[in-house]
Order: sequence, then structure tokens, then C-alpha cells
Amino acid sequence: MTATAGSEREQLAYIAAKAADSRVNVELETEGMTLNIGPQHPATHGTLRIVAKLDGEQVISADPVMGYMHRGYEKLTEVRTYPQVTTLINRIDWLGSFANEVPFILAAEKLMEVEAPPRAVWIRTILFEMSRIANNLLGLGDMAAQLGAVTPVFYAFRDREYVLNQVEAVTGGRFHPNFDRIGGLKDDIPAGWIASTKDSMIKMRQAADELESLVFGNEIFTTRTRGIGIIPAEVALEYGMSGSNLRGSGVDWDLRRDSPWGLAYDQADWKVWTHPDGDSYSRAWVRLQEMREGTYIVDQLLDSLPSGPVMAKVPRIIKVPEGEAWVETENPLGAMGYYIVSKGDLVPFRVKIRSASFNNIAIVPWVLKGVYVPDIISILASLYFILGDIDR
Amino acid sequence: MISSLSTVLSPVLAVEIPYWGQTSLRVLGGLVAILLPAGGLVYVYLFKMMSFMQSRLGPMEAGPYGSLQLLAEVGKFLQKEDIVPAKADRLVFLGAPFVVLISTFLLLLAVPFGPDAWFVDLDTGVYFAMAVSSVSVIGILMAGWGSSSKYSLLGGIRAAGQLVAYELPMILAVLGVVIQAGTLNMNEIVFAQANGEIFGFGGIGNPYILTQFVGFAVFLIAIQAELTQPPFDMPVAESELVAGYMTEYSGLRFLLFFIGEFATAGVFSAIAAVLFLGGWYVPFLEPEHNLYNVLGPLVLMAKIFGVAGLIFWFRFTYPRFREDQLQRLAWKFLIPIALVNIVITGVLKVVF
Repeated sequence: MTATAGSEREQLAYIAAKAADSRVNVELETEGMTLNIGPQHPATHGTLRIVAKLDGEQVISADPVMGYMHRGYEKLTEVRTYPQVTTLINRIDWLGSFANEVPFILAAEKLMEVEAPPRAVWIRTILFEMSRIANNLLGLGDMAAQLGAVTPVFYAFRDREYVLNQVEAVTGGRFHPNFDRIGGLKDDIPAGWIASTKDSMIKMRQAADELESLVFGNEIFTTRTRGIGIIPAEVALEYGMSGSNLRGSGVDWDLRRDSPWGLAYDQADWKVWTHPDGDSYSRAWVRLQEMREGTYIVDQLLDSLPSGPVMAKVPRIIKVPEGEAWVETENPLGAMGYYIVSKGDLVPFRVKIRSASFNNIAIVPWVLKGVYVPDIISILASLYFILGDIDR
Repeated sequence: MISSLSTVLSPVLAVEIPYWGQTSLRVLGGLVAILLPAGGLVYVYLFKMMSFMQSRLGPMEAGPYGSLQLLAEVGKFLQKEDIVPAKADRLVFLGAPFVVLISTFLLLLAVPFGPDAWFVDLDTGVYFAMAVSSVSVIGILMAGWGSSSKYSLLGGIRAAGQLVAYELPMILAVLGVVIQAGTLNMNEIVFAQANGEIFGFGGIGNPYILTQFVGFAVFLIAIQAELTQPPFDMPVAESELVAGYMTEYSGLRFLLFFIGEFATAGVFSAIAAVLFLGGWYVPFLEPEHNLYNVLGPLVLMAKIFGVAGLIFWFRFTYPRFREDQLQRLAWKFLIPIALVNIVITGVLKVVF
């Protein structure tokens, strides 16, 4: 009898405790928080906005909101003549400006059936590769800055000048060369440029070594990036990633080697770097290797620079014959292409710009799911986008 | 130096200064005479050092060699508008920087500058220093909560978790010194180091960095975390949380946080110098010598610069940990090491 009473009491107590427990749990249930990262935020270096739903510091979902810096370049090209367009598209990826001009000019040349003389092709490739070196260097310094190391970004800005000085010596512009022309280049290289460029390439290799020991050799850097933000190869391909981000996922795909049309990449002996891991570290590592490989490409092309004119014979007033052309090149940030539709006018009828960053950050909602707030920043930095390249 | 000030002054003024008067004179005079130049020197020294390390120009225009940069910054910040967010918890928001600064000032009270030059000669000096160093957590939490900003809140919570986690290794690291010296009085710890012997050789005393090198390393890592500096700067992580708990501050209050950060670095270096590097003592000069009352502060300043240089070298070299990695480092790595250090110190203390 007593046992039953006791168990009844116990049962009641148990029920009461359960009820209290569930009340407490209701009260303590955490509420999600929506954190707007951007459009004004130090990590987005531009105006990218990421709407992150957080549980504590863990990301439940993250959506990039683009378009805060949309400048309507595709529409603007329709009211500009072909030579004028290069001024505009310089500003798409503002850290690798010269590389933006090349695919557009190549597409126009394809329509006009003009071929640039070999010397122009060589110099184009050299400048193309130099914009990659400057771009990747700054990207790596910036990634270190996003991870909290303030010093590498200053070194990156300092060492980038060696390349920009060389670009300025040829084109007259550090950031926006506007140097590529249909049928060749505006000018030839100045006297003594080859030797000084080789010197600057040696300095860039030193910068790469310094960065490697300062950043990649750092244990905190590896713990922050290894195994973080893993993008498997098939997912990367599904989302249309390209460039170093895709090669960081282990996909051996490089337009410089696979379709070197119009550029002199097949004239140099170089290697496509890939990394099988697909995490933040491997993307940064591939970028570093490509920067170093770029200096070797420049060195080789400088050695084999052919002589001759830098401009083919083109009519004074450029009218592109009717037709459509698509040219894609491996820009610093990834594959960049222009689809030009011409109606035989002074201006293009329609230009579709495929910029690398826009497609590269499409993976952001997928890769940011479940990571912590600090990793949002490190993953975004490892994807390395330029806002102008996203919004155009 | 300062304690002798009142004994010098009292016959001149022909007034017997009461005990509370002497104490407040010491405190006030000390704070004005030492903390402000010390903060300024550390600040300018670190600004120049930072510039050299990062290959940028650094302060050059303000005064000779940029030495008046601090004054220029104070002037700039004083002119700025002191903005309080509309939804902020006003009192908490306004009070937070002062709480942080009070912690720094209180911390300095325990530091001896010479055999007779100290603000307060506390028999529990180490204990006091460890206790007041945690006051800053309250200020940072106040700032994080009072700003009513999500970034500030995240920063404040991160700071609280981090500072609480790193109190423990810091205290455990200091415990080795306390065991070896046999006292909690900071000035007596200096005397113990000055009079110590290394295997019978007493020429240079026995700075505890030689015997407590593990403690020194743990202490340095812990104060790096206490100062919320890279690699442990998640509370202010400027690339993630804009500026963490300081996001909403402007004008003078931002300056207080900003200077508080550098001043705290200086004061923590002072404590490290006293506990591990022999404080105001230099080898080959007996610790009882009268000269130390003048020389002591200078010697200590030199040692502060050494430790502060080390702290800031780490700051400019390393990237930032993630919050969970930081906790793992504290609980799984630093605390066991510090505990083992204490055990070994205790055993050796009994043996010798």
C-alpha cells in the first residue's frame, strides 16, 4: 500500500518536474537572429550584402543580396562605339583591369576577322598575366586581413606597386589602362621595359615567398582555413564556379591552356595548379601558386617577344560586321566572357558579360550553411570576389 | 620616489599631512606623473614600431618624430560629436568606457617602481591586480549590451567568454611566481628576485623568467587574450563585427576605449616585468641602494617597452583564432600546462 502511495507521489513529482522542465525549455528556446552583413561592412570591400540568419553564432541560412553597385554596363555598351567600350569594361574587375578588355577585343576581332600581329598578342598576354599577379597578390593580402592579420595586406599593397609601375610604364594608367585596341595595341612597350619587368618579376617571386612564410606557414591561418568551407568538385561545377576557386576544388580546368585562342599562352611552358581539398586554404594556395607561375610565364614571353608592328590594318572607323561572337578567357577571378551581337553598326546591338565573381558567389548560400560567423568572413575572402565583377 | 615626496613636502609646508592625505597625494601624483607619460610613450613607441613592421609611414608630422601624435589624436577625438544611439541603454552605454579605464588605473596601483616608490604597498598585491583586471569585463559587457547593436552584442558576449576563460591561466601562471617568492606583495617579489641566487651565483639575482619560463609564456598568451588583441581579438574583430563592442562609440568615449587598450597593454607589461623580469632591479646594483628610487622607474619603463614590444609583435604577425579554437586553447592546453608548472614549482620549492 505504502509502496503504491510512494510511487504515486513520485509519479506526481515526476509529472510536475516534467511540466516545469518543459516550461523552462519553452522559455529558454533560442530565437534566431537575422544579421545583415553589409551593404556597408568592412569585410565586403564594396557593397555586397549578406542576410545571415543566425542561431547563436551559427549560420542557419545566408543569402547574398547583389545589385547595390549595379552600373548597367551591358546596357551602356549599346550606346558606345567599340573603341569606347573598353573604357567602361575596365571598371568591371578593377584590380585586373587590363584582363577585362582582352576578351571583348578578341570577340570584336573575331567578328571583324582581324588578327592582331604576334608582338601585340605577346604584350597582351604579358599584361594579362601581370594583372593576374597584382590581383592575386592583393587577394591573398586581403584574405589575411580578413582573418585578422593586419600586416600582410600592407606588404601586398607595397609589392603590388612593382607590377603596377610596369603596367603604367606601358599603358600610362595604373588601374585602368584602356590600352587594348581592335587589331592590336595602342603603343609599343617603352625602351628598357623588358629588363625592368624582369626585375619586378623577381620582386614578385620574393613577395610570394614572403607571403607564403608569413601567412601560409602560420598555424593559426591553417587552423582557420583547413577544412573550412569545403566545396567538392561536383558541387563547384554545378554552381558554375571557375578560376582559382574551381581549381582549388581539384578540377583541372584552365581556359589559358584549354582554349588559348588569341593569346600566347601556348608559347610558354607552364603548369596548371590544382589542389584536391576544396577548402579555403586550397583556394588561397592555388592563388599563390598561380601568382608565382604568372611571373614565370611573363619571363618566358619576354624572352620570346617577337618583333614587328603592334597594330594590324584596321579601318579608321570601326564597323563590326553582322554576326554573333562569344570569347571567354581565364581572368584573374575566373572565366570571363563577352557575347557580342552585332547588326553591322558602330555600336554593338547587345553585349552579354559573363563575369567570374557573379557566378563564383552563387555558391555562397550552399557553402555558408552551418558555419560560424567568423568563417563567413574567411570563406568569402577565400572565394575572392570583386564587387565590380559581381554587379557590373 | 613618491612616498618620499610627502616626507620632503611636509617640513616645507610645515603641515602634518594626515595618512589619507598622503595616500591620495601618492595616488594622484603617481597617476598624473607616471601613467599619462607612460601611456603616451607606449602609444608613440608602439605606433612607430607598428609602422616599421608594416612598412607604412606612421606618425611624423605631430611633434619631433611624431611624438605628439597622441595629443593630436586626443584633440581630434574631442572635437567629434559624442553620439548615443537612440535605442541605447543610455546610462550603461555612457558609463562603459569609464569602467574599462578604471580597471586599467586600478591595475597600475599595484605596480612598484622602486624600493620606496609605489602607489599602494599592498601585501596582497598580486591578488589585487588579478582581481581588478577582471573589472574591465564588466565595462566591455556594458558596452556590448548598452549599444543595442547586434554587432556590439556579439562582440560583448565573445569578450565575456574570452576574458573569463583567460583569467584562469593568467592566475595559474602567476601562482608559480608567488610560490617561488613566498609572498603576494609585488615589491617583495622584486626583492626576492633581486636577492635570489642561481645555483649559488647571486650576481644577477634570479629573475623568475629563468625558472618560470613556462609561466611567463602562459602569462604572455593570457594577457594577449585579456587585451583582446590578435590572435585573440574576436571581440573587436574589425573584419567580422565591424568593431565589436566599440562599434557604436564615437568621440571621446571611443578614445577612452582606444587609449585604454594601449594603456592596459602597458600596465600588463609592467606587471609581467615585475613578476618575471625583476621589476625595477638591475643586476650589479644592490636592491637596497637609494639610487633605485630615481633609477627604478626608468628601468621598469625599459622592461615595459621590452614586454610591450613582444606583445605587439605578436599582434602584428598573427591572424585571428576562431572563438571555439580560442576556448580549446585555454581549457585544454594552457590550463593543464600552468597546473603542471605549479606542481613542479611546488615540488622544487620543497626540495631546495
